[in-house]
Amino acid sequence: MGHTLAEKVWNSHVVRRGDGDEPDLLYIDLHLVHEVTSPQAFDGLRQAGRRVRRTDLTVATEDHNVPTVDIQLPIADPVSRTQVETLRKNCAEFGVPLYQMGHDEQGIVHVIGPQLGLTQPGMTVVCGDSHTSTHGAFGAMAFGIGTSEVEHVLATQTLPLRPFKTMAINVSGSLRPGVTAKDIILAVIAKIGTGGGQGYVLEYRGSAIEALSMEARMTICNMSIEAGARAGLIAPDETTFAYLKGRKHAPRGADWDAAVEAWKQLRTDDDAVFDHEVHLDADQLTPYVTWGTNPGQGLPLSEKVPDPEQIADENERSAAEKALSYMDLEPGTPLREIHVDTVFLGSCTNGRIEDLRAAADVLRGRKVASGVRMLVVPGSMRVREAAESEGLHEVFLSAGAEWRSAGCSMCLGMNPDQLKPGERSASTSNRNFEGRQGKGGRTHLVSPLVAAATAVRGTLSSPEDLPAGSGTTAADLD
Amino acid sequence: MEPFTKHTGVGVPLRRSNVDTDQIIPAVYLKRVSKTGFEDGLFAAWRQDEQFVLNQEPYRHGSVLVAGPDFGTGSSREHAVWALSNYGFRAVVSSRFADIFRGNAGKQGLLAAQCEQHDVEQLWKLLETEPGTEVTVDLRERLVTAKDFTAPFGIDDYTRWRLLEGLDDIALTLRHADAIDSFEASRPVWKPATTLA
Repeated sequence: MGHTLAEKVWNSHVVRRGDGDEPDLLYIDLHLVHEVTSPQAFDGLRQAGRRVRRTDLTVATEDHNVPTVDIQLPIADPVSRTQVETLRKNCAEFGVPLYQMGHDEQGIVHVIGPQLGLTQPGMTVVCGDSHTSTHGAFGAMAFGIGTSEVEHVLATQTLPLRPFKTMAINVSGSLRPGVTAKDIILAVIAKIGTGGGQGYVLEYRGSAIEALSMEARMTICNMSIEAGARAGLIAPDETTFAYLKGRKHAPRGADWDAAVEAWKQLRTDDDAVFDHEVHLDADQLTPYVTWGTNPGQGLPLSEKVPDPEQIADENERSAAEKALSYMDLEPGTPLREIHVDTVFLGSCTNGRIEDLRAAADVLRGRKVASGVRMLVVPGSMRVREAAESEGLHEVFLSAGAEWRSAGCSMCLGMNPDQLKPGERSASTSNRNFEGRQGKGGRTHLVSPLVAAATAVRGTLSSPEDLPAGSGTTAADLD
Repeated sequence: MEPFTKHTGVGVPLRRSNVDTDQIIPAVYLKRVSKTGFEDGLFAAWRQDEQFVLNQEPYRHGSVLVAGPDFGTGSSREHAVWALSNYGFRAVVSSRFADIFRGNAGKQGLLAAQCEQHDVEQLWKLLETEPGTEVTVDLRERLVTAKDFTAPFGIDDYTRWRLLEGLDDIALTLRHADAIDSFEASRPVWKPATTLA
């Protein structure tokens, strides 16, 4: 019997097979580090007198705490500043390369890895951050780890792990205009639930996936963790190779040819069997939004806020009741009538250049509704630079949005970019948990297109809802 | 890590599913650079509500948390485990744990005991009708007991062994340093390095 892509990547990284129920010891090709989940790990190394085994397979950046305005000034919050300074000290002491605030390559850890060409097919990639699944878009086995595991990888460049089960997410057909990768993944999570992927690695496949750009594939793999799966991946193809060619850390010359030859083998064999399969028809999809407090609580934008009374499962009903109470929503309200105060465009899910382009196309010649604030936070300083060279920042600024520097920002509000209690956002990020974007804040997860249209109308909207005349019209989208 | 064999303490019923790590400890509490002091952030938003279970006697002194399915979803933050441990919890009982949370718990000596949902429901009823009931989690026997209530719990053999022995993962791995050396020698030359030329 053949092997799935995930099994192939796994098998090629086994340093030592575990005996009986002992886990395998897996080699890690790339370890990404940031300021929040690493200080205690470096401290552990120090206490045990250990060093970083492979500084050349480790790279750090500052993203979670960094302010997105006045980045040339010291960080105002003393606790955030200490955490960032601790990372700088640790990287200097242990010899780990670091892209710090102000550096051209600084940005969200999951945006800079691919951008630098460090994320490549068939690799194992880890980071003390659950959205490490993003890198699976390249056919890499990439997953988030806790701080104890960060210390373990720093010390040994390996991790003891038991193999995941495999699940195929088959997305057939093709997306209609105005429907995006974000809508695919929100629909997948709504279908299998936030626990549906627990213990699995997901492989996204099918015609709708193959047609996606690398950035769109990253959006999908990024949210695998929201379905409970530690990792999600997509087989590499010509799109992948074209994205990587010429990037700073991509192989060159004869090395490139050897690498591509190896990467072409990274496909699930025809006779391989998945432990579970899920099917989705891309032609049926429309823009998706979440109404509740976990990413599985989502519906097409054309629907209404659900009525908990109609939910048969007791736990799900109780979760829906609690979610609607927190979100301050009435069952039966059309989702399109929900007003927002804030629109957040950014994050490791949707903070790349294509996301910014899509939103700018909607906003061009239009204004953000009065009473709505829109934050545009590029995922990296390189994305910011690219957007400025295309004039996108001017589109955002003339629409009345704020144009910021790179970081995680309002995705989780560890920096000053937060919702106030009771405020409601349409956000291109990945989690609508209670208080995630600021204490008491309410989050609706959306695509960049829905975010931009929502900013213009002030209520959850898609570009189709906007009057023609300016911006990318409904006619353009058809 | 301190060995874990058996623990008895007040059980705390948390009737919620999908208790994500942002609820266990919100991001604003993640800025410390130590592993201690995170108890302040534990369930920070919910603890503002006087009715919240940890604000009630005798639950506030609890050390065995009994929660709904999909406990610990979301972020990889090990701070969630530290917050529970720093507060005084030694075990969490749930019918389903998020993978990363379960792994983190195992590294820190917090027992993640997986029970059937109907057993969780029964335990909730007992803890609610008789507040202060002590729950025993016995890792050797893989049993949760409280008064007349007894239920088995699942945990993989390897994590159980490490918890019982209180073993350090890194030291275990370094026993295989030779295997790591020879694996490294066989890696393709074109694999990327993070160092800038």
